[in-house]
Amino acid sequence: MLEIAWLVPLFPLISFVLLVAFGRQLKERAAYVGIGAILVSFILGTGAFLARFFGEENYLFSFDWLTVGDKTITLGFEVNELNAMMLFVVTMVSLMVHIYSKGYMHGDERFPVFYSYLALFTFSMLSLVISPNLFQAFIFWELVGATSFLLIGFYFFKPEARAAAKKAFIVTRVGDLGFLIGMSLLFWQVGSFEYAKIFEAAEHGLLAPGFITLVAILIFIGAVGKSGQFPLHTWLPDAMEGPTPVSALIHAATMVAAGVYLVARMFPLFEQSATALFVVAIIGGFTAIFASSIGLVQNDIKRVLAYSTVSQLGYMMLALGTAGYIAGLFHLFTHAFFKALLFLAAGSAIHAVHTQNIKEMGGLFKNMKITGTVFLIGALAISGFPFFSGFYSKDMILMAAWESGYPVLFWVALTAAIMTAFYMFRLFFLTFTGSPRHHGHAHESPASMTFPMIMLAVLAFGSGFLTYFGLPEWLGEAVNAHEIHGPKWIEYLAIAAGLSGIALAWLVYGRKARVRTNEPTGVHKLLFNKYYIDEIYSVGILHPYRLFGNVLKFVDHYIVGGLVQLAVWISVTIGKIGSRLQNGQAQSYGLITLIGLVLLLVGLTAGRLLG
Amino acid sequence: MVPLNAYLAVGAILFSLGIYGLLTKKNAIIVLLSIELMLNAVNINFVAFSRYGLFASLTGQIFTIFTITVAAAEAAIGLAILVALFRNKATIDVTEMDIMKR
Repeated sequence: MLEIAWLVPLFPLISFVLLVAFGRQLKERAAYVGIGAILVSFILGTGAFLARFFGEENYLFSFDWLTVGDKTITLGFEVNELNAMMLFVVTMVSLMVHIYSKGYMHGDERFPVFYSYLALFTFSMLSLVISPNLFQAFIFWELVGATSFLLIGFYFFKPEARAAAKKAFIVTRVGDLGFLIGMSLLFWQVGSFEYAKIFEAAEHGLLAPGFITLVAILIFIGAVGKSGQFPLHTWLPDAMEGPTPVSALIHAATMVAAGVYLVARMFPLFEQSATALFVVAIIGGFTAIFASSIGLVQNDIKRVLAYSTVSQLGYMMLALGTAGYIAGLFHLFTHAFFKALLFLAAGSAIHAVHTQNIKEMGGLFKNMKITGTVFLIGALAISGFPFFSGFYSKDMILMAAWESGYPVLFWVALTAAIMTAFYMFRLFFLTFTGSPRHHGHAHESPASMTFPMIMLAVLAFGSGFLTYFGLPEWLGEAVNAHEIHGPKWIEYLAIAAGLSGIALAWLVYGRKARVRTNEPTGVHKLLFNKYYIDEIYSVGILHPYRLFGNVLKFVDHYIVGGLVQLAVWISVTIGKIGSRLQNGQAQSYGLITLIGLVLLLVGLTAGRLLG
Repeated sequence: MVPLNAYLAVGAILFSLGIYGLLTKKNAIIVLLSIELMLNAVNINFVAFSRYGLFASLTGQIFTIFTITVAAAEAAIGLAILVALFRNKATIDVTEMDIMKR
């Protein structure tokens, strides 16, 4: 079964090609092409996942692509525990988003273009997760970034969307540079991009410890860019300029998970360096609480969810950094479903009231029961409410944080958990309960939008139960990791944290929607303005860069341009002097003829004269 | 006896003066005058060779008659052109006789 795993990315690619070729004629029927292809992919992907889960061995296929001297670069695909899980997650969320987009993007004149971009993205993401070596992974890593750019800038006629797309690509590029340097250093020392060879070299002490730390941190920088960790998190909230299905697919469930996937795939390398793991954990933990604090006060529903994504990814990095491999990956699994669900539900609400500002929403539950219910399920999941999926995965992360030996990480994670519950329910109460603050009439979304939301809600609630089927333990088999069991009271503390966050939100926003109308001040202002990070980057990095660019422009215009103009001036002047010979005066022509004749005579007779 | 080289030298000097005038003078009449000077320098050469040359004969002096005739005809035509030019350009400055595009 696993030998045909290469077919899984193939169908989205076919969909992309078909939609590019025939999209204009298909118009809204393009949805069927896209959905059909992804459906086949989903069936194959789930089949691969189940096959691997129920005992089939790891499968690796590769062929030599490029040989230089004695070094070879191969291409191919592999299926192991991690890949199989990702195949399932990516195809599932992508299928749901494809179905949802049929309703959400209805009426858009670039409808087939949207589906073609979605297909290209799905192809890239699936190919990324089944890559058997760093080189191929990098190719698809970049391709995923490129399709993200296309999708964020889908509404290209809006300047904010254009700016956001550029920002996303450039900021992730900064991370990708670290990834590329780390990858190249590894190839230089190990002689291969293959994961197996790299881990072998690392475990058998063929690489210096300092080198391992350096390479691991460089590769982690790539993950920081792609997964939106501090300090490269600034692109994710702005990426909300893209259509909501895009936010659900790319910036919640899949592409941003690619960073976590990379760290997990390279985990045996990270394991060799305690420093690198510590860096991962610290950045993850800091991002978790940092982003949560910003999300507390944002008014754009999608922006709150974006900061929530950044925060949850921080959780995953924290888990991986504290050697909680299983915890981090299981949270990736559950997060994909409930975050995609939350985004789709938010999109449904936005679609109904034509605004993204929660200050202008309210009381939507009355007319949008399905959307409201699924949003509630998602919010309960992310808050770690007992028996919902987030409860199981967050619990594991908190256990790993406690057992890491740095208690501060545990308290940071717990605080972030309280904040998460709080802002999620702030969103819920302000959007769905209370008296309506919006104009116009809201009605429930069509079936094409509610069906995927319901499916994801089932998974958001139930995917946690897969713990009882041994999914997390099975995930850990790849790196011989085991579930970290901590003290029992952590479980109760986690439940208390989640419930207290919900209760606090209910106290402030649930009984009577308190919507602040005046300008934020003090700490609120600091959080509302995202700690002014964007402004700091603008003054600290962009301005010097532009200044440098202007200096170079000056050099180019005056110095290099000056040299070119000098060459031109010389040619023209010689020409002008030369042209004075042709002045139309017969006497000058005669003089020149005479001089020539004299020279000729001298030349002919000089030999005889000199003897 | 005046040696042959002396006559040839005089001829050469006159010829050079003629060339100088031809190539540098602005007044067209002076240019025509210089052309006459050149032609007459050639005549001196012919006559010198007809008396002191290697195969001394009367041919040189006879040819001089031809040269004088041609010079006279050419001077007449040159002056006619000069008058026509003057009628058109109101000047006999040779540097003004120029319709080259600048």
